[in-house]
Amino acid sequence: MNTHAPASSIRGAARIGAVARPGAEAVEVKGWLKAHKWLLLRRFSQLSILLLFLIGPWFGLWLVKGNLSSSLTLGVLPLTDPFVLLQSIAAGHPPYREAVLGGGIVLAFYLLLGGRLFCSWVCPINIVTDAAAWLRRRLGIKGGKTPHADTRYWLLGFTLVASFATGGIAWEWVNPVSMLHRGLIFGFGLSWGIVIGVFLYDLLLASRGWCGHVCPMGAFYGLVGKTALLRVTADKRSTCNDCMDCFAVCPEPQVIRPALKAVGQSHPVILDKDCTSCGRCIDVCSKDVFRLTTRFDRSES
Amino acid sequence: MNKHPETSASSKGATARRRFLKEMAGAAGGACLLSLGVGLYGSEASARPAAALRPPGALEESDFLAACVRCGLCVRDCPFDTLKLSRLGDNVATGTPYFEARSIACEMCDDIPCVKACPTGALDRELTDIRKARMGLAVLIDQETCLNFLGLRCDVCYRVCPAIDEAITLELVHNPRSDRHAMLLPTVHSDACTGCGKCEKSCVLPEAAIKVLPFKLAQGKSAEHYRKGWEEKEAAGGSLIGEQEQLPMRGLEGRAYGDTRVDQGQTPPYTPPKAPGSDLDSGWKP
Ligand code: SF4
Ligand code: SF4
Ligand code: SF4
Ligand code: SF4
Ligand code: SF4
Repeated sequence: MNTHAPASSIRGAARIGAVARPGAEAVEVKGWLKAHKWLLLRRFSQLSILLLFLIGPWFGLWLVKGNLSSSLTLGVLPLTDPFVLLQSIAAGHPPYREAVLGGGIVLAFYLLLGGRLFCSWVCPINIVTDAAAWLRRRLGIKGGKTPHADTRYWLLGFTLVASFATGGIAWEWVNPVSMLHRGLIFGFGLSWGIVIGVFLYDLLLASRGWCGHVCPMGAFYGLVGKTALLRVTADKRSTCNDCMDCFAVCPEPQVIRPALKAVGQSHPVILDKDCTSCGRCIDVCSKDVFRLTTRFDRSES
Repeated sequence: MNKHPETSASSKGATARRRFLKEMAGAAGGACLLSLGVGLYGSEASARPAAALRPPGALEESDFLAACVRCGLCVRDCPFDTLKLSRLGDNVATGTPYFEARSIACEMCDDIPCVKACPTGALDRELTDIRKARMGLAVLIDQETCLNFLGLRCDVCYRVCPAIDEAITLELVHNPRSDRHAMLLPTVHSDACTGCGKCEKSCVLPEAAIKVLPFKLAQGKSAEHYRKGWEEKEAAGGSLIGEQEQLPMRGLEGRAYGDTRVDQGQTPPYTPPKAPGSDLDSGWKP
């Protein structure tokens, strides 16, 4: 466990948000566009996926029906969220073939490429929690009570137990991810409240609290992508000048240290399952230390 | 201070271990508490208001909540916009499909597209004949306001019923108020009513006198061992208990056995009860 290493200056500083404007130097060196390349690509991906679901109800153009829990694309491609499916099975319902097939396709994709790609490239809540983290840095809000980062894995287990015990899909009662996504497509009701709750929680109570510590869906995808292909590497770590910008933007700052500072590993690849492959560290580093590659590329330059 | 570095190292290890265990207990405890809360909230919130009906083919409610992933594919394929996904605050499990008959009833599509669209089996594909759907049961719930019960000929619910003359019939009865007219009472039959809600939707009153209710609210249930004598007799082709000895019936002497009808102008024998406490005579006379 690297979590109970003495709060190193770098990580400790990043945790309390000592860097209010990470990436300022990178903007100077590389230009604004290049210092936001992966962020822009991610927002583009998140918004276009959302748009695909929305042009049906908005313009009557039904390319994709349904929502992130289960959908049908072009009338042939079923996609189902494997986490919700797992809860359904735990609750005692054997799903139909379509749902199993859809879940299998999604599972295979994230298993191969990277589980938490879902978090950084698809999940709509990511925009909310990124916004909260941004504002928290800007306002210099510190402190609060952040739960242990393993809380999510326990919660993942307990939601399955709760599904089994209550005979219903437990996490869907509160899941902000589906509340937000379904709300945008089918209408919100009071679901806004849950989304705003997540925003305020991350802003005021816990830095990167929701996605980094609580969300069992993120934990599920993290476990799925444990051995996945796409990884970020700190292959030019020798040029790192300890500006701490990457620690400040990273939604899972604990994953960087082993690769960047060679703590507990010698190669520079970030293999931690919690890394979302969001690429923000690549963006904000003025020395271009980071790069997106595969898990087998252990080279260093 | 420390003379024994090993002791200090091992005590440091113990402290770290203790801290680790404490952190883990905190994480596990927090997660357990949260999921307990979610579970309790879930069981509290799974009660469904009587007006919220599930789509055709929906599994029994507790199974439905285990099966439905809240994707809304059934909603999208309903050509009449009958179905909607519940929103937080609608009091129906958030994200699950339902409809309210009084707003838009189910049109009972022959090909049942909503059931075909469901990827999980929350809507059961065993249902291929929409007339076998059981979304609820219509009940003529208010006989005080129903126009037909007032002796008029509204009949609207009967006429709009897709299973007219099977699910709703008009039963002819004597109107005791005018004493010379008939009343045609809309009467629902559970063996044919699909619960589509067309009757409730179309009832002409400001508040429908006929409503589709969940079966639990709409129906009574006979005890397992109850048998109807006349049905048993017919099935057996004769009385199962043989000929019965015919005993004279008090006050109805001289009548055929079983004839208890009251003649015009004749009242049944009756002695007014004594004032209570006057004596122990119950008023009964042979
Ligand atoms: S951790 Fe959860 S809420 Fe955050 S991005 Fe991942 S799935 Fe979405
Ligand atoms: S290490 Fe880099 S890619 Fe991974 S989550 Fe952190 S910022 Fe994103
Ligand atoms: S049977 Fe037709 S009208 Fe009724 S809910 Fe299904 S799709 Fe809609
Ligand atoms: S299609 Fe099936 S799983 Fe999806 S919302 Fe309708 S009933 Fe639920
Ligand atoms: S439509 Fe309403 S008022 Fe008319 S007969 Fe039916 S229940 Fe009575």
